[in-house]
Amino acid sequence: MKSEAKIRAALPEGLAPEALRDMYYYMVLTRLCDDRAFALNRQGKIPFAATCQGHEAAQVGAAFAVKRGTDWIFPYYRDTALAIAAGVSARVQLLCLFARKADVFSSGRQFPNHYSVPDLNIASISSIIAAHVTHGVGAALAFKMRKQPAVALIAFGEGSTSEGEWHEALNFAGIHKVPCVFFCENNEFAISVPQKLQMAVKNVADRAAAYGFAGVICDGTDPLATYAVVHEAIEKARRGEGPTLIEAKCYRAMSHTTDDNQLTYRTQEEIELVKGRDPIPKFEAWLKERGLIDDSAVKDLKAKAQVEVDEATDWAEAQPPPTEEDLYTHVYASGPTA
Amino acid sequence: MATKTVLEAVRDAMHEEMKRDERVFIMGEDVGPRGNVFRITAGFLEEFGRDRVIDTPLAEASIVGVAVGAAMLGMRPIAEIQFADFIYPAYNQIVGEAAKIRYRSAGGNTCPLVIRTPYGGGVRGALSHSVSVEALFYHVPGLKVCAPSTPADTKGLLTAAIRDDDPVLFLEHKKTYRLIKGEVPDGDYTVPIGKADVARVGNDLSVITYGLMRHFAVEAAEQLARDGIEAEVIDLRSIRPMDREAIVKSVSKTRRALVVHEDNKFGGVGAEVAAIIAEDAFLDLDAPVRRLCGPDVPAMGYAKEYEDAFMPGPEKIAAAMRELAAF
Amino acid sequence: MPNVIMPQLGETVTEGTVGKWLKKVGEAVAKYEPLLDVETDKVASEITSPYSGVVTKILAEEGATVPIGAPVCEIEEAGAKKENVSESSSAAPAFPAPHAGQRATAAQPVRPNGAGADDGARYSPAVRKLAREHGIELRGLAGTGRGGRVTAQDVMSATKTPAARPAPHAAMAPAAHPAPAQMSVPPVAPPSGEDAIVKLTPIRKTIAERMAQSRFTIPFAWSLVEVDVTDLAKWREREKAAFKAREGVNLTFVPIVVSAVAAALREVPIVNSVWAGDHIIQRRRVNVGIAVDSDEGLIVPVVRDADRLSLYGLATALAGLIDKARRRRLTMEDLSDGTITVNNTGAIGSVISVPIINPPQAAIFAMEATVKRAWVVNDAIAIRAIMNISLCFDHRVFDGGTASKFLQSVKRRLEGPTPVL
Repeated sequence: MKSEAKIRAALPEGLAPEALRDMYYYMVLTRLCDDRAFALNRQGKIPFAATCQGHEAAQVGAAFAVKRGTDWIFPYYRDTALAIAAGVSARVQLLCLFARKADVFSSGRQFPNHYSVPDLNIASISSIIAAHVTHGVGAALAFKMRKQPAVALIAFGEGSTSEGEWHEALNFAGIHKVPCVFFCENNEFAISVPQKLQMAVKNVADRAAAYGFAGVICDGTDPLATYAVVHEAIEKARRGEGPTLIEAKCYRAMSHTTDDNQLTYRTQEEIELVKGRDPIPKFEAWLKERGLIDDSAVKDLKAKAQVEVDEATDWAEAQPPPTEEDLYTHVYASGPTA
Repeated sequence: MATKTVLEAVRDAMHEEMKRDERVFIMGEDVGPRGNVFRITAGFLEEFGRDRVIDTPLAEASIVGVAVGAAMLGMRPIAEIQFADFIYPAYNQIVGEAAKIRYRSAGGNTCPLVIRTPYGGGVRGALSHSVSVEALFYHVPGLKVCAPSTPADTKGLLTAAIRDDDPVLFLEHKKTYRLIKGEVPDGDYTVPIGKADVARVGNDLSVITYGLMRHFAVEAAEQLARDGIEAEVIDLRSIRPMDREAIVKSVSKTRRALVVHEDNKFGGVGAEVAAIIAEDAFLDLDAPVRRLCGPDVPAMGYAKEYEDAFMPGPEKIAAAMRELAAF
Repeated sequence: MPNVIMPQLGETVTEGTVGKWLKKVGEAVAKYEPLLDVETDKVASEITSPYSGVVTKILAEEGATVPIGAPVCEIEEAGAKKENVSESSSAAPAFPAPHAGQRATAAQPVRPNGAGADDGARYSPAVRKLAREHGIELRGLAGTGRGGRVTAQDVMSATKTPAARPAPHAAMAPAAHPAPAQMSVPPVAPPSGEDAIVKLTPIRKTIAERMAQSRFTIPFAWSLVEVDVTDLAKWREREKAAFKAREGVNLTFVPIVVSAVAAALREVPIVNSVWAGDHIIQRRRVNVGIAVDSDEGLIVPVVRDADRLSLYGLATALAGLIDKARRRRLTMEDLSDGTITVNNTGAIGSVISVPIINPPQAAIFAMEATVKRAWVVNDAIAIRAIMNISLCFDHRVFDGGTASKFLQSVKRRLEGPTPVL
């Protein structure tokens, strides 16, 4: 009990101990979905998947800072843990991998992980890097105009921060102090291009000053550290004090996608080093240390997640695919033609 | 009824929609105190406030991108690109994003956005203030493209565009802003997007056109009428969707078709019109479909001689019509 | 004395308002010195003088709104005049048409042989469709489009000319029969230096095609009777001067014969018919075509409702048509809707001829020259004026007996009591 209070005291504002186990569960579930995606691809059952391994802590931490039902999320295609922690189930995730007609995100039209869940306030994104960043700013503008106490969390990798539109978005957001948070998950690689060839500055967060607001760095492998920083930024935005640029330093353990082989640009040693920084065992250890979880609970949790993923896989695979008629829906409000 | 210029029609449409629907707002360069470089939004800032009349930074991609985000979240933004010549940086957001949002989210998100921009030549605007851009956009499913030419059509179509649940690129021919005056109905009305107008009835040949050229085509038709040739003029008003039925109906009757547009000829809107006629009115054709268009050079030069050589006018149109009639 | 004009002060501006005149009449002004203030709805601007001199006349007062380009004042230039390169110069533009190569000319390349007769072989979709729908034979159809092209309008006009229309049913379709070119004909020796080439005019071509089509598709038969027109000739001799004086037209044998033919057609209406494949269309109206030899060839203007016209009416109508033919003023209307053709081969001295039926008519009637012959009258020899008349007819429509009945009817009228005028 004493340790409980101690833990509670050590926790960031707004985060209850029960939430920590949920955080851990989401990280584990995401990892299993991620592994399952690659496995299905290697089996030839799905043509494509993108990984978020190494990002789980950052994304889950950020997800918990978002006020569900009020705030909006503008993710990018590597935000599986962010989406799952925001309410996307394993079934929904697997549906999109199999490109089934009932796929919630796009009815099988988009690549995997191109999220769109209006019911969970997750906005539709495309494959165009950074194209969604101005959208998030536009959403925040709408919140401001309507005097709505909502905030847009806009997530992206460090590669996005080279796009002109990214800069235009931050410029606009800084001028008009719209309620949004720019969340950069810096895993040091944009496919194969390392950070030093992507920007001349040492940190993405350094760029915030150019747009008139604060840039904050956090440890992207620590869900609580990330949570704390994102929570503060979101509440600051909600108070009308404008945007923040957060840079969560993390690591990409796998290749960019199933179409990439990172051994062509990274050494095996480096990859092993990265895998050694895996946020999930790290968080597991942290939880165990504080008596918030024990081995048996971990085992149960992992088993539960495994069941969930297995069931989701079988269920999603069995769903019907889209047909040729489905090609023509949703072109315009009135149907295939205007 | 009141007599208005095209410019006043644009202003009135936006003004009335902003009064009617608080989700409607304007963002673009110089739309605030300057009231837009043509004074279209003069007075709007005072009436609607800074929240709804937003002077944006000089960054076209984000003018549209931010508007897209606001539209996804339920607002009805009007994003202004100061001149169509500057629209290219926003192409990613218009074609890659706005046009696809409904389709890519299977209806989960929508994008009820209007992008307005002045286009066209005849004002000594030179290479970067005179282009026509409709050919770059009308190709795109998910997008709508309007190009009215009269004050009444401008007001009605812009109102329809603002109320439309899909993204609409609204093209205003800048030469018509002050040059073209016309009767505009009082009260609330819309012109349906996708319906052409028969600007003039005739039996001997059909001229299919839009924008400033509509007015020149009608003038040319009056010239020909003195020689007993009665031309029918079809003003498309909307480029996408295009009123296929109106085109086919007219050409089936007259058997001869001339497409007139200011934009470059190759790959322009005329090519699609000609294809439609070939597909649906082939057996009624008594002459090949002709196109009188801007020449295939990158843009209209500054010297008057360049501009005059580029732009089709009543004389050139009348000559083309006569040639077609005599085939 | 040059004018200062209202300048173009904004891209879309069409008019400007004179604000304040900065110079008065009689006041001197230097080039580039401010002359007046002007306002448009976009900008307010100070206009400087394009010339040095003295303001002699104000043409637009303060507050006046004038279109761009309209004169606002006159200035008398000081000293030697410089060449005024103004926009209103009427010098030809220095630029040649830059898009000459790309000009969206509607012109098709001009055909080298110029006559355009070849264009007739390529028909637009509209022309084919209309020809099919209305059963019009396109070959040989005259075209009024560029280069002699057959237009849709030409086809529609031809629907009013039965001559261009084969019977609507396939059985009559000329295409079913071998075209003359496909028949084995001995090869023609090429022309030598002494031979002359006669080029085919469009009319000659049309005649050639029509005649061939007629002969090759219609199973014709022919019958001739001799008519004693002695009394008729005498009557005509007596009457013709007074007729001419009174009616203004000549009383020839033609209107008299046409009158008899028209009347006979009412008696034997099957002769006034058209073969339509699986039925015969018996025309109600009697429109008699008269074969006329013109400079260009044979044409057949039509006297409509010949059965309802008096001799005077027929004579006038015929004279009118022949005059029009001579002056080449015949219209499509004049050449359409004939139901039978009368061929006055007698005019050229023929006593027997076998004319070619004018499709889609069922018969053609020939009137030959009137010749004085030794004739048997009441078992004695007399000198009588004899005119042969004959009918070449489509044997599918009626038989020899009917043809004879018709010819006898005509003969009876020509030999009978003299005509009523």
